[in-house]
Amino acid sequence: MAKVLERKPLTLAERTYLPQILSGLKTTFRHLIKKKVTLQYPEERPPISDNYRGIPTLVKDPEGREKCVSCQLCEFVCPPKAIRITPGEIAEDAPTAHVEKAPQEFEIDMLRCIYCNLCQEVCPEEAIFLQDIYSFSGYSREEMVFKKEKLYEIGGTLPDRHFKWEKKRLAAEHGNVH
Amino acid sequence: MDITALLIVLAKALAVVAVLMGFCSYAVLAERKVASWIQGRIGPNRTSLPVISAIPLIGPFLTRLGIFQPVADGLKFLFKEDPVPGHVHKTYYFLGPILALVPALVTVTVVPFGRYIDAEGVVSPLMLANIDVGILFLFAVSSLGVYGIILGGWSANSKYPFLGGIRASAQLISYELTMGLSILPIFLWVNAPGTEGTMSLFRVVEMQSGAWFVLWQPLSAFIFLIALFAETNRLPFDMPESETDLVGGYHTEYGGFKFGLYFVAEYGHMIIGSGVVTLLFLGGWNPLPWVTLADVAGWFGADFHIGITGAVLSVLIFLGKLCALVFLFIWVRWTVPRFRYDQVMRIGWKVMLPLSIANLIFYAVLIAYLDTR
Repeated sequence: MAKVLERKPLTLAERTYLPQILSGLKTTFRHLIKKKVTLQYPEERPPISDNYRGIPTLVKDPEGREKCVSCQLCEFVCPPKAIRITPGEIAEDAPTAHVEKAPQEFEIDMLRCIYCNLCQEVCPEEAIFLQDIYSFSGYSREEMVFKKEKLYEIGGTLPDRHFKWEKKRLAAEHGNVH
Repeated sequence: MDITALLIVLAKALAVVAVLMGFCSYAVLAERKVASWIQGRIGPNRTSLPVISAIPLIGPFLTRLGIFQPVADGLKFLFKEDPVPGHVHKTYYFLGPILALVPALVTVTVVPFGRYIDAEGVVSPLMLANIDVGILFLFAVSSLGVYGIILGGWSANSKYPFLGGIRASAQLISYELTMGLSILPIFLWVNAPGTEGTMSLFRVVEMQSGAWFVLWQPLSAFIFLIALFAETNRLPFDMPESETDLVGGYHTEYGGFKFGLYFVAEYGHMIIGSGVVTLLFLGGWNPLPWVTLADVAGWFGADFHIGITGAVLSVLIFLGKLCALVFLFIWVRWTVPRFRYDQVMRIGWKVMLPLSIANLIFYAVLIAYLDTR
């Protein structure tokens, strides 16, 4: 059933507007002396949560080995096709030769990237991570295509819990491939 | 009048105008700051001057307060390109802003802003021209300010400024009467039988060494204040400007320095208006009701109420009350929404005018009774 709203005629006090204006003045004065929440942006930065999705970068493991094995899963999963990987081989005489593959070139077009986190989720080597950087700029489109060196420079090193390839090497040395 | 006396008068006038202009620019800053605070923002806090801002503690503090912002604003108005639209009536278009500003600067001549007591105990007002018709002159000249608005609105040859000008004139006519009637009880009381008749504001302040007029004529003060809001085109009565429905109102077609003149004139009227309320109702330079500066000096057993210190103190007290009123203007602006045009007219003619007449009759009878007792 429809509810009938009774519209009362304004009282004399209400028709003078004064009580309303006074209560309004009280409200605005409360706001006047309240602590401000403005963030002085370039100097003050907002706190960023751990699961923030900023720009994706490559990371190295604590021993300085680049973790990406250029499996190209991220390239395939990337919805806007922002990632382009040129696979390369690791030299025979390198200490990590048993990893076999590493990216020869790894490009992320930051103008295309949508920060969806799918590359980080799909990576079997935990080599690509979305960082907390949300503000970056460049003067040209080419500049915004981040190359491998730049991605490693921003990404740096992340602590590694598994040391998967080191374990594989030790296992292989003891005659136990798996 | 010989040349030195003329130069002294000129220097005084320039000093007063300079102070008034300073107050106008800082009223703009106050407007912006208070608006930001009320809206939960911080307001202008970046403008800095090279040397002063480098002083430790004080410099950054002043910068955060936006003290240097009016300098930047003023320079912007001065150096901005000031195009004249092709469709305006040139003579009146140029005359508009000048006619808006000049009355604001002229009215300040009859506003006493302090008093000086010399060694013989003779009290003289600090003002540019102590003329007997003080308040009449003030009302007459300040109402001329609306001509600037009407001319600006009309000469722009465009519909929104035109509507703004029409509204300004209608509003002025509606509230000028109320304003005049509301202060009559004060002058009825000041010009008691047997005293020399005067309309001088200085005399009004001297009469308030006891009870301030706001205390025993609160309705007069209230009506005058509301009429003042309407006269100075401040919210909730800023019909001529009403930026939401009239783009920018009368100054839509103005830019650069000419807009700056309108802007300064608006704040000038507001400051003069606050000064007049202070003088008429809030006791002028008397620090508290029933307490004069001489009483305060008496408590301390000193005589700082006479001479230069007394004059400076009286000016400071007056300016303090004036600033509080300017704050009230700004506070109300950022609290109350604009009245509709028909509401403004209804309030003006059907509420304020009868109220002020009733107020006048009541106090006329009361004062007649008190004076003839």
